[in-house]
Amino acid sequence: MAALLGILLVLPMALSDRPFELRMMVVIFLYAMLGHGWNILGGYAGQISVGHGLFFGLGAYTSTMLSLKLGLNPWFGMAAGGAAAAAAGVLVGIPCFRLKGHYFVIATLVVAESAFQLFAAWDWVGGAMGLQLPVQEQGLLNLQFHRNKVPYYYIALGMLAAVTALVWWLERSRFGYILRALRDDEEAARSLGFSPALYKLLAMALSAGIVGVGGVFFAQYVLFIDPFSVLALSFSVVIALIPILGGAGTVAGPMLGAIVLVPISEYSRVLFSGTGRNVDLLIYGFLIMLISVYRPDGLAGLFRARRERRAYVSG
Amino acid sequence: MLDVRQVSAGYDGLQILWEVAIHVDAGEIVALMGPNGSGKSTLMNSVSGLIRIWSGEILFEGRRIDALPPHAMIGMGVAHVLERHRLFPDMTVLENLMLGCGPHARKQSIAQGLEQAYALFPLLKERRTQIAGSLSGGEQQMCAIARGLMSSPRLLLIDEPFIGLSPHMRSAVAKAIRAINRDGVSVLLIEQNVAEALSLSQRAYILREGRIVLGGRSEDLKVGQTVERIFMAREDVPSGLDIVSS
Repeated sequence: MAALLGILLVLPMALSDRPFELRMMVVIFLYAMLGHGWNILGGYAGQISVGHGLFFGLGAYTSTMLSLKLGLNPWFGMAAGGAAAAAAGVLVGIPCFRLKGHYFVIATLVVAESAFQLFAAWDWVGGAMGLQLPVQEQGLLNLQFHRNKVPYYYIALGMLAAVTALVWWLERSRFGYILRALRDDEEAARSLGFSPALYKLLAMALSAGIVGVGGVFFAQYVLFIDPFSVLALSFSVVIALIPILGGAGTVAGPMLGAIVLVPISEYSRVLFSGTGRNVDLLIYGFLIMLISVYRPDGLAGLFRARRERRAYVSG
Repeated sequence: MLDVRQVSAGYDGLQILWEVAIHVDAGEIVALMGPNGSGKSTLMNSVSGLIRIWSGEILFEGRRIDALPPHAMIGMGVAHVLERHRLFPDMTVLENLMLGCGPHARKQSIAQGLEQAYALFPLLKERRTQIAGSLSGGEQQMCAIARGLMSSPRLLLIDEPFIGLSPHMRSAVAKAIRAINRDGVSVLLIEQNVAEALSLSQRAYILREGRIVLGGRSEDLKVGQTVERIFMAREDVPSGLDIVSS
């Protein structure tokens, strides 16, 4: 664990003249963080959302609009973007949590798609043309780096480390147990005095907030957002697929999923370029099929199974 | 202590309970008997707030509770052990017990609750790190009852505690329920086995098709086969027996 972190800390030295790989690492960190966010609601609390792109987009749009219209600092934008996404999560959750199982999944999809259509048609936020962030003096304060992109790497790594620590703590906390209880047997949890609505909303707020902060980072990294890049439905699906492939409801799952899925997506983009749009999703789908047949608990289950077998053999 | 007055309730427009009235006094064990589908669990769910009643009123220690959600009921001192124990099978015994403390548990009350639970069921202390799903049926039922006690209730509702248990386990669970009662917790339990229910309880009610058809002291109900006949053969209640009294 410490060794891995050590390698990640010095890795940019090897990648400083390899922008493609550096970018890929930043995207892996970002997607792992988004996967963590999704995992709190989908993995631990068992509420499968395929609309989390909405919160990513809201985070990105909030900080970008605050910067464009009010000239506010992106760090403030990050707090505001996370808060806006969390608030939107609660607003979406109040009606959607009345639905269960597949119906909840469909509702999240519909809400996210509606938001995409709304933003694509809404001129004040740039419509389908999107928004360009003004180039400012580079540095940590403005969260913009132009020539050397290595700082983005460390910021993304730092955010991922913080969120991983948060989920690690959550898994061991009383709140985490309550979420899992809700997922495993909602009526039993209710009979023990845990209001399903309340805890689902708390999980949703945290989940959406983390994804929203990720959206702000993305906007600052790319300095351009449009509905297609931050609100597209396929993006919502990717946010869900990462932890599902890696292992929903585990700390390692979103990170394993991102390590496998992001390179597939980046390399397929190189191989197939524009004509190969969504080829990565095709491969993802195939991987999900393999995983659900051979290892329904995700890649994290692969490691767990081996460890258990070893324990069995040695015992 | 618990006073259920003329309660009607049901699910999605299907009425299950028809003006049911029962009561539980402090320190009592009261059994609720009746054939499948007679509304026993619906009545219990109404008391614990899992479902909303349609009409009538439910009082606990003199206060109206029929509009309160389950988490408020836990706070008032009513705990509900659902049918077929409903433990979280992938969590350990200890984790299951911790979840029984309710949403506003303090560290001190958790430690106290665990101490009581382990004193009552020493076996659970031995198995506390074991996954709940790996316990035997009887052990799981004990764990569920212990989990219900973690919120220090004054009234414990237990839905079919003996279902699917071996005779040996049945008597162990019955012993535990008596011990809980001796510690000052009133108990309302659902049981299909008439002999079992009557020997454990001080009073009993029989529900049939959503109505209370017979109620009284358990030792009076034991006399003759009246209860079984009402239960099985849908016989009308004989005029000699008290209906919904004492």
